Amino acid sequence: MIAIIKYNAGNIRSVQNAITRLGYESVITDDREEMLNAEKVILPGVGEAGSAMKYLREKELDKLIVSLTQPVLGICLGLQLMCRYSEEGDTQCMKIFDTDVRLFPRVDKVPHMGWNNFFSLKGELFKGVSARDNVYYVHSYYPEISSCTTAVCDYILPFSAGMKKDNFYATQFHPEKSALVGEQILKNFLEL
Amino acid sequence: MLKRRIIPCLDIRNGRTVKGVNFVGLKDAGDPVELAKLYASRGADELVFLDITATIENRHTLISLVERIAAEINIPFTVGGGINSLEDVGHLLKAGADKITINSAAVRRPELITEIAGEFGSQCVVVAIDTDVINNDWVVVVDGGRTPVKLRTIDWAIKVEKLGAGEILLTSMKHDGTKKGFSLEITAEVSRHVNIPVIASGGAGKKEHFRDVFFNTSCSAALAASIFHFGEVDIKELKEYLFNEQTAVRL
Repeated sequence: MIAIIKYNAGNIRSVQNAITRLGYESVITDDREEMLNAEKVILPGVGEAGSAMKYLREKELDKLIVSLTQPVLGICLGLQLMCRYSEEGDTQCMKIFDTDVRLFPRVDKVPHMGWNNFFSLKGELFKGVSARDNVYYVHSYYPEISSCTTAVCDYILPFSAGMKKDNFYATQFHPEKSALVGEQILKNFLEL
Repeated sequence: MLKRRIIPCLDIRNGRTVKGVNFVGLKDAGDPVELAKLYASRGADELVFLDITATIENRHTLISLVERIAAEINIPFTVGGGINSLEDVGHLLKAGADKITINSAAVRRPELITEIAGEFGSQCVVVAIDTDVINNDWVVVVDGGRTPVKLRTIDWAIKVEKLGAGEILLTSMKHDGTKKGFSLEITAEVSRHVNIPVIASGGAGKKEHFRDVFFNTSCSAALAASIFHFGEVDIKELKEYLFNEQTAVRL
């Protein structure tokens, strides 16, 4: 069973739909036992970092997520909440990845919205995926490059499109909305 | 590099596509989900569904359609038509829409943009602006282009960005349906004045029109309906053509 963490963020249903299309069973839940017993856990999300983090803290889901030992995938806001700190709402995050999240300087259109490619791809998540492929991004804040970076995207400046540390994986783009390439990446995660 | 997006628009009436054409391999041309899947497989970057009836009685039909689309489509999609309240938006997003688009309702009550952005985030708010030339000036028109309002298009575009819109869908009513190409003038002007993505719409008749709008303006995407719907332009061929013309597109 795949647990998709239920919290005050949008886009959760899309992730479940994508997993269902790949033939896996999943549950949207904020139940501790269900999360601890799941084979994989996904922290999805579109929303605002400050209020999302506040919600996770109130429900003590932040501590639970950090303590998980099975593969965990953070998507978009989920990735940002797994970082050290976000400029959005001046928010202290879960500090899984040793990096900060900053607002894009407004020298080009913000949000970074649409299909973009990525490069310097590393690790199991990007098996069968190449730098020629495009994935779908929607975000105004970006995670800085760090030792956890497993994929780089360049928009306004280079930032982490993918990250990994121990059992924690994350993508700044939305694999659930990224056509066949996204399906491959989700499949790679589900097959870990 | 960020790619220019190609967006087919599907008009929906009572949960069915308007004027469906029987493409090869399409079981039911009137089923929006079938058509959407076909477009997605040909390389559409996003989809827009406009409910042109948008009556209260049809809301339920639209919501179940959105749920079916979300279950089957693996690219982002926007839903519009008759959205007047935060509640309408909530239902559509919960059903699985990635973005919603509002038009006349935003002109009537601009705070609606801020309310939706505050509750669900700017990324899901596409403000549709219909524009036409009246007395040598580009102004906003509502009610499907029938009614001009005392609002210059540029001023309104700048204002919707400030209010929290994440994207602008700009339709030139002067060009819509002519198949003579997008309005390069107002598309360039609006794209230059705002810092959010602009989708050009109205007037697409052939592949070259897409090249022209991407080459001459900084719009992020181009939308069309009938030329895709009637099979006059195939999305895959269009994107290959644009790629060969040095436009950044996703192949």
